Amino acid sequence: MAEHQQHIQMTDVDGVAVVRFLDRKITDELVIQELGDELFQLVEARNLKKILLNFTNVEFLSSAALGKLISLERKVDRAGGMLRLSNIRTEIYDVFVITRLNEKFVITDEQEDALADFASAE
Amino acid sequence: MAEASWTWEIDREIPSCSVHGHRLIMEIVEQLQQLRWNPRDIFGVHLALEEAVVNAIKHGNADDPEKKVIVRCKIAELRCWILVEDEGPGFDPADVPDCTLDENLDKPSGRGLRLMRNFMSRIEYNDSGNRVVMEKVLESVSQE
Repeated sequence: MAEHQQHIQMTDVDGVAVVRFLDRKITDELVIQELGDELFQLVEARNLKKILLNFTNVEFLSSAALGKLISLERKVDRAGGMLRLSNIRTEIYDVFVITRLNEKFVITDEQEDALADFASAE
Repeated sequence: MAEASWTWEIDREIPSCSVHGHRLIMEIVEQLQQLRWNPRDIFGVHLALEEAVVNAIKHGNADDPEKKVIVRCKIAELRCWILVEDEGPGFDPADVPDCTLDENLDKPSGRGLRLMRNFMSRIEYNDSGNRVVMEKVLESVSQE
């Protein structure tokens, strides 16, 4: 059963919190703030250790959104969890490459690849 | 390029508010779509514009609604010229740390300028650092 919040939808798939974004464009300052809060809650309030961000719905994001992803990664890392990103379209992946964030995050083409990665890490 | 070849021009002064900024950005993006620029080039201009306008509103004008942001844009079939100016004190782009250095990869901010430089063909700040002019030049319109 998927859980809907204001900016994300979360589904548990074999113990992995699979998060889909509900906004196609992630640029508005308020949206980014709220989105960050919802993502941080997964780690801080719910103590989820395996989080997969599926970017299928995301067509555009700004550097401010990247900042929230970095903060999330830090929180997940401190909590001893794992974060994976998948289904990032080419233009957005270019943004990760230009900023070298493709080296910081573990990014897979498809959700299934990331789920397999979580399973193999057990 | 002779000015007569511009097919669309805009010269606006907007309050330091993201709603106004976003509306104007989408107006410009729609013009590029009408000219059938390929989605990748439109994405690049859109992102550079987003970063420049957000910088002007947030960092330049410190979200002060009394302060304005000037946005000028000229579009031709193979060229998009953009000026964004705020009323802030400006900054020296040389002082912005390189976000791709190992020691800066964990920092949550400081990537906007890098993205603007990568996605646009040319980007220049004035001496006081409160006005940026950037341009995207295409060799041809390759539709995807």
